[in-house]
Amino acid sequence: MKLEELTEKCGEWLRGSGPQSDIVISSRIRLARNLAAFPFVRRTGDEERASISKLVRKKIEAVEQWENVLYLEVDRLDEVDRQFLVERQLMSRELADGDGARGVAIDLNEQFSVMVNEEDHLRIQVMRSGLDVQSAWDTINQIDDLLEKKLTYAFHDTLGYLTACPTNVGTGLRVSVMLHLPALVITREIEKVFRSLQKINVAVRGLYGEGSQFMGDFYQVSNQITLGRTEQELVSSVNEVVPRIIEYERRAREFLLNESEQDLHDDVSRAFGILCTAKKISSEETLHYLSKVRMGVNLGLIKNVDMGTINKLFVHTQPAHLQKLRGQQLSVTDRNIERATYLQQHLVPK
Amino acid sequence: MKCQHCEKPATFHITELTDPSGPVIVHLCEEHARVYLSQDNAGSPTNALAGMLAKQLKLEQTAESLAKLDKKTCPHCGISFAEFRQAGRLGCPYDYVFFQSDLEPLLLNIHGAKLHRGKQPSRKSGSPDRQHQMIQLRREMQASIQKEDYEQAGKLRDSIKKLEQENEAELPVDAPQIASQDLPQDSPPGAESA
Repeated sequence: MKLEELTEKCGEWLRGSGPQSDIVISSRIRLARNLAAFPFVRRTGDEERASISKLVRKKIEAVEQWENVLYLEVDRLDEVDRQFLVERQLMSRELADGDGARGVAIDLNEQFSVMVNEEDHLRIQVMRSGLDVQSAWDTINQIDDLLEKKLTYAFHDTLGYLTACPTNVGTGLRVSVMLHLPALVITREIEKVFRSLQKINVAVRGLYGEGSQFMGDFYQVSNQITLGRTEQELVSSVNEVVPRIIEYERRAREFLLNESEQDLHDDVSRAFGILCTAKKISSEETLHYLSKVRMGVNLGLIKNVDMGTINKLFVHTQPAHLQKLRGQQLSVTDRNIERATYLQQHLVPK
Repeated sequence: MKCQHCEKPATFHITELTDPSGPVIVHLCEEHARVYLSQDNAGSPTNALAGMLAKQLKLEQTAESLAKLDKKTCPHCGISFAEFRQAGRLGCPYDYVFFQSDLEPLLLNIHGAKLHRGKQPSRKSGSPDRQHQMIQLRREMQASIQKEDYEQAGKLRDSIKKLEQENEAELPVDAPQIASQDLPQDSPPGAESA
């Protein structure tokens, strides 16, 4: 099964080598599209959902050069595989937990995926490492053109692409940039920064890990509106605001280094120490310490660990990944032990 | 009085004025009140939308006209405006046409605009009437299946098939395609796992 090929790999968006990747984890864009001849997903019955999934699958599989694209029927996947795809951000939690026939087409290079029968019939998404919104847009635009030749989308002359929720109508476009902002959190300036951003139509959200515990230090910046602007304008609005946040974060890091380097060095080293020596560790605790270590690596306080490894650990230490890597179902306790072992294998210098 | 979510005494009594059916009072302990209030501030998109919509409608409509609007039902997918207000999600693409004037204030509120300025499909979607008709036929077929009237369901399925074929005939023959490996890449595939 091809899905297994993904397990050992690490998503393109986690490479940690894109522009500004010390602070920007990834850039992603999604487009919401609906088929003109069907009700929106929430209003469809079993048979209609099955027809939509079958139709879209047929069209996607007919793209000859997309031999690297795998269509998965999400309703037929087991719980661990579904969770695995969510952790990998190839599909949403909503799609995993949804009802009836639904699917996801994934590019095995993990540069894009197409969700079928989520809130809208199609949700196309493209992922990039670091701050790379423009190239994500160029790519998703091509993919959209390609699918549009094969499917009849619901489109209105004055309202644009029609979506189940009026908050997405028009372009159906959502640009999201995931940022790692530990220094702004430590210096308690984060709220001030975000308050100043609210005036310019971007939304900021904290990210949540397993069990909806707050996953500290990670924030997602995205456009709030989808109608009345061109796609390029929306892309640019996010592209312009993110460097300002990066600049604030850099200044806060500099401030911490100048004012309290020893405290900071102590804090990140302790975090690194725990990750390297713990015998069992929860995913919340792991995220918490990995976040500190990530900043430590970026500031040169922790040496001989590369960013790609840290980024990969954020994903590979999540429950479904651990189970897939181990090739068996694991209880919470066993996962905590497995996680500690996995962290040591990847962090302790050989 | 106990908290609505646990056994602790309710020390917070919050009155919500955003619900169009009247004030809603919630009784919560300190811990749950904090959760409740922080959720409200963060505002899940649906709640924020429903709240915004309710506020707007309340300002602009009398109870009578609101009740009338709530009963308005899309002829194709069968969703009523009340159902939309509750879920924050529309039923089918045609709702944007059918409820256009009712949705306009909401769109202005969310987006500050009511005109799409972005991308246009490379071709217009054949005949919108046919698409709407298909939505309606599918709904009727679903209803027939539920009533176990399989003969009628079969007839409807044939009609849908016919329309689907007409639709398909309008799609252009395959144009040049892009391959996943043609997409811009900063590094060769596989480099990320190194």
